[in-house]
Amino acid sequence: MAKLVRKLTKSNEFYLLLVIIAVSIVIQLRSGQFFSANNLVDLANAMVVPGIFAVGAFMVLVAGGIDVSFPALASLSVYATTRVLVDAGYTGGVWLPFLMVIVVGAILGAFNGLFTSRFVVPVLIITLGTASVFSGVMQGVFKSVQIPNLPQGMSDFGRSTLFVATNPESGLTSNMPVAFLILVAVVAVAFVVMRYTTFGRGLYAIGGDESAAARAGFKVRKIKFWLFVIVGIIASLAGLVRTSMMDQMHPTNLLGMELMVIAAVVLGGASITGGTGTLTGTMLGTLLIVIVQNSMILVGIPTFWQGFALGTLILVGTGISAVQLTRSRKRAPALVQG
Amino acid sequence: MVDNVIAVRDIGKAFAGVQALDGITLEIAPGEIHCLAGENGSGKSTLIKVMSGVHAPDTGTIELNGKTFSKLSPIEAISNGVQVIYQDFSVFPNLTVMENLALNAELAAHRTFVSWKRMRAVAEEAIAKINFTIDLDEKVGQLSVAQKQLVAISRALMSDAKLIIMDEPTTALTKREVDALFAIILDLKARGIATLFVSHKLDEVFEISERFTIIRNGKSVITCLPEELDHATFSHHMTGREFDDDHFVPEHVSEEPILETRGLGVDGAFADVDLTLRKGEILGITGLLGSGRTELALSLFGSKPADSGKILINGEVVEVGSVRAAIAHGIGYVPEDRLTEGLFLERSINSNIVISEIDSFVSKFGALDQRKADAEGQRWVDELKIATPNPANPVNTLSGGNQQRIVLAKWLATHPKILILNGPTVGVDIGSKHDIHRILRTLASEGLGVIIISDDIPEVIQNCNRVMAMNAGRIVAEIDPRRTTESELAELMSKDPSTIDGKG
Repeated sequence: MAKLVRKLTKSNEFYLLLVIIAVSIVIQLRSGQFFSANNLVDLANAMVVPGIFAVGAFMVLVAGGIDVSFPALASLSVYATTRVLVDAGYTGGVWLPFLMVIVVGAILGAFNGLFTSRFVVPVLIITLGTASVFSGVMQGVFKSVQIPNLPQGMSDFGRSTLFVATNPESGLTSNMPVAFLILVAVVAVAFVVMRYTTFGRGLYAIGGDESAAARAGFKVRKIKFWLFVIVGIIASLAGLVRTSMMDQMHPTNLLGMELMVIAAVVLGGASITGGTGTLTGTMLGTLLIVIVQNSMILVGIPTFWQGFALGTLILVGTGISAVQLTRSRKRAPALVQG
Repeated sequence: MVDNVIAVRDIGKAFAGVQALDGITLEIAPGEIHCLAGENGSGKSTLIKVMSGVHAPDTGTIELNGKTFSKLSPIEAISNGVQVIYQDFSVFPNLTVMENLALNAELAAHRTFVSWKRMRAVAEEAIAKINFTIDLDEKVGQLSVAQKQLVAISRALMSDAKLIIMDEPTTALTKREVDALFAIILDLKARGIATLFVSHKLDEVFEISERFTIIRNGKSVITCLPEELDHATFSHHMTGREFDDDHFVPEHVSEEPILETRGLGVDGAFADVDLTLRKGEILGITGLLGSGRTELALSLFGSKPADSGKILINGEVVEVGSVRAAIAHGIGYVPEDRLTEGLFLERSINSNIVISEIDSFVSKFGALDQRKADAEGQRWVDELKIATPNPANPVNTLSGGNQQRIVLAKWLATHPKILILNGPTVGVDIGSKHDIHRILRTLASEGLGVIIISDDIPEVIQNCNRVMAMNAGRIVAEIDPRRTTESELAELMSKDPSTIDGKG
């Protein structure tokens, strides 16, 4: 028990949870609306897209890189899919769009993977480049414009709900989208991959010490390549969900989301230098950011303070983990003392 | 000879047209403790990488377990019992001891899924093999150097190792930790596990190695028994040059001391240090890590001002309260860790040399006279034979020995009267080491007072005319190096501090 408590108080997730509870209580006290059924469903709804993106960003961060190309990648793969299907007059189910974004996402991810696994250039730099290539292809080759009418299958999927929550006081209703299950599935699969496969442990190993990983027998290049293929698929899923839920394809809608997502992952305890972090932390970090974004309105704070609040959160969040790190370093046995 | 655990024959390997290995042959018998020696850049590390499957050789074969390979994958090397313990131990600081120990086995078994239960069992078994007790759930980044090395050794032993290759294993260890390491190696030998030491220092591994192979410029020079080697022949084989093993004899020693300390002390580091240094002398100060030797140097140089006692220069009491004051009094200091303390690695060779006397190149209008500064830099590059095509290149393009010469040049450019060097040849190959020693002797005979602080016993014995041994913050003895053996000095350094009275 004592060991569990000690482990808890050492973990980033524990403090993050405390912060989330504290923020929730403050919002509840100020607005009385936080713990209402429809607000909670709204939060879950708002978490879907950043949550799926965060899983991908988390995996790359564990392996020691920062991927900034995923919104552009998702936009391109979903735009290409939607364009082709709309032009072909596709009226079937949502399975085909899913299949297509997975294939296109995998190919675009492989493009990222090819560069990151071959060249000793930071992932951040490579993905800055590929992000521009992706959005360039979308705008140049596909001459992207807004697509107001999606294929029927996608629209239906975007509107389908698991259940409807009603606020007894105001009568407002919120829909729990079926897409939430996609988030759950992606998180569940990623959890198993990260914890119980040699591939997942390899990502941690590479993030810890890449040359040590190579010497231990991890196929570093191969792992990095497939990492980006997987992340390409995850990002494209998020893009398809977003597009379906908006019921229109807006080519530049996702762009600019990368910083918020990376911030959520870092807030969740993943280290910028790689090798550490958990999916639990990632989801908590995303939740905190979503709460702050969604609930400031409830409290009556003007929306332009959102950026300020997010920035402060990130500083405090990373600050706490930095303090913990220095403290544990001090506790570590000193090698040589003069 | 019995079957070898490993035999590499006629190995050749080139990188971008540079022949790193050229016809290397090396055989290791079961249970043998073999030492592979060579200077930096001689091809040692490339050879280890070929033996462990990291690099594929261009020519030649590797025989393992009776099978002949023309190239090896890391997994094949491991499954045939070859394990490498790299200088940085190749551990994952972010993972637990358990994962560090067990991941390799999971990989070697080509598993897709890992089992945490199985990993714990494997890890427990691994540490039990060398009676190593440690919390398996601790992150490796939190461990001490010696503990990390034990983790690496436990890991190496897990996969039925027949040969353990250790890259410079004793560099970061204290004498006691080295003894513990050697005990483990002898235990492995008793179990038939061979060890290949990779080193560029003779003393470190001489007592335990059964055979030596020395390589130079990618070619095997000699394979021989330790009896056939002494310092001179070892250096000769390593460098291809002849060195004389003579002692330094000062030519003109001044009557009056240039530097004296009386009862000098820094709380918690050292106390009651009385020393005198005359012009033309090279004074050695030696002691183990933590004996206070580095702190003494730093307080003489003003970066850790003394709490008690006096410093006299030319017979006058002076305050050395800052580095600036020390430089003003003509004291120069070449630090222990030149990479972090002494050099701006990204900047050019020239600007590193002139940085300490930059004021003297400023014209009356306040602008830097770049041409004059470059000329000064070039002068030192020539004088100290720094091997560079262009003094405008950044310092990190140079080898360790040349970098050390730049630190020297930088301080000599300030025209010091006293030069303190802390570990002047740490991490420097033998050839450069001799060159640096020669430079120091010349400087002393030109009238400089030189202090060498080092735990490299042969270095102080050969190059100093007096040596003071420090132990637990005190000067415990002053010896005449011509009448003292290396082992006598080592004993003075490592005597249990509690037997020395008045420990501060």
